[in-house]
Amino acid sequence: MRRHLLSAADLDRADATLILDTAKQIDAALAGREVKKLPTLRGRTVVNLFFEDSTRTRISFELAAKRLSADVINFAAKGSSVSKGESLKDTALTLEAMGADAIVCRHSASGAPHRLAGWVRGSVINAGDGTHEHPTQALLDAFTIRRRLGRLDGVRVTIVGDVLHSRVARSNVVLLDTLGAQVTLVAPPTLLPVGVESWPAEVSYDLDAVLAKAEVVMMLRVQQERMSASYFPSVREYSRRYGLDARRMAALPDEAIVMHPGPMNRGMEIAAEVADSVRSTIVEQVSNGLSVRMAVLYLLLGGDSE
Amino acid sequence: MRAAQNAAVSAVPIGRIILDSAAISRVIDRIAHEIIERAGDDRLPELTLLGIPTRGAPLAQRLAARIAVFAARDPVPVGTVDITLYRDDLRSRGVRPLSATSIPGGGIEGGHVVLVDDVLYSGRTVRAALDALREVGRPRVVQLAVLVDRGHRELPIRADYVGKNLPTSALEQVRVRLTETDGIDEVILR
Repeated sequence: MRRHLLSAADLDRADATLILDTAKQIDAALAGREVKKLPTLRGRTVVNLFFEDSTRTRISFELAAKRLSADVINFAAKGSSVSKGESLKDTALTLEAMGADAIVCRHSASGAPHRLAGWVRGSVINAGDGTHEHPTQALLDAFTIRRRLGRLDGVRVTIVGDVLHSRVARSNVVLLDTLGAQVTLVAPPTLLPVGVESWPAEVSYDLDAVLAKAEVVMMLRVQQERMSASYFPSVREYSRRYGLDARRMAALPDEAIVMHPGPMNRGMEIAAEVADSVRSTIVEQVSNGLSVRMAVLYLLLGGDSE
Repeated sequence: MRAAQNAAVSAVPIGRIILDSAAISRVIDRIAHEIIERAGDDRLPELTLLGIPTRGAPLAQRLAARIAVFAARDPVPVGTVDITLYRDDLRSRGVRPLSATSIPGGGIEGGHVVLVDDVLYSGRTVRAALDALREVGRPRVVQLAVLVDRGHRELPIRADYVGKNLPTSALEQVRVRLTETDGIDEVILR
């Protein structure tokens, strides 16, 4: 393993499999226990450096670090010296001076964690940077697929929606390809990034055409907060063409699962009855995220790289 | 390349065989009898064997099978407890892959637990296993069974059941190989 986890592309198949296997073992070790705590990272300090709003990722990383007995410091840009104009570099050097062993970073600017990694001695984990990458989300999605379907090699995964603004889609395409899955992206042409044809994935504009073959359907949130122009005529039209409702869910193969990284726009990209159905792994993804992040923290911080 | 190196290594005469396959079977049978005897009729139903991966796990399986035969009773609950996340040398020796932990369905609360490992050396593995157990529950008794006790303890820990006491120098290596993990049963000192 490398010292940082900045991109899903940092992981080769062996590394990614090691993380998923470790998460599975941690899960088994804690199953059915009253005290869900391990002493592994006692005395280590993990800083959650969040420049952008987040509920599940920040809480998930915080809980993962605490379950491994690390000390956790939460840093939100609001209410800190950042609002007085402190730069990312000065913030990083301050945390460095306080002895952070790992910095979990979320930032609205793509590439911010990469810059950060060059300034500090500890490990940097990318918890989402702009529209670029979100590697631990891809890892927990892969973990969820493997747990539900028993394999990843050859699994047909369809990722639907706002691919353009989605760091989840980008990381998932890279990681799932590394792990041998076949990815199809479905989106309106306006919500596909330039250069998508070079990604290791098929592209389609027609959701109904690909549903019958999909073993996994991953719905993406329409990220209206990142949309400066209008990418589709209306919410209703988007929902009609690219939303997953009960009728479309019925067209899926029997074993297929429905995923969503959250937070959801119920009624827009996913209908409430689909989100709450037995095929939906949305709640499971959250609990799997905890195990996967514990595995990442253990593998990055457990040993001493020096 | 790797295969060629391994072949070369195993072709060289490698140390002294301390226990061969038949001896290992006899030792396991004896320890099984000792566990039955020490547990007695009232505590035997509460018995759980927990192997410490890698090689403690198949040893625990074998012991459980023999105890079930000798005591003519239902299968003895057997599981594994991985101690990697409880090690005190992770920082100095680096991370390593985890092994499976599986606690039998009945749990260990109030039970009679026998930890099983292949070699008892510094005692640090056993300390870590005791820490791991504490999080799972509170057994009434915890005992330790090992195939080989090679001395050089760094902690006040001793085994309740010992297959073979083997005085060693710290420079020597004890290698336990088992059919389940290595394709052959033997204990070698080199």
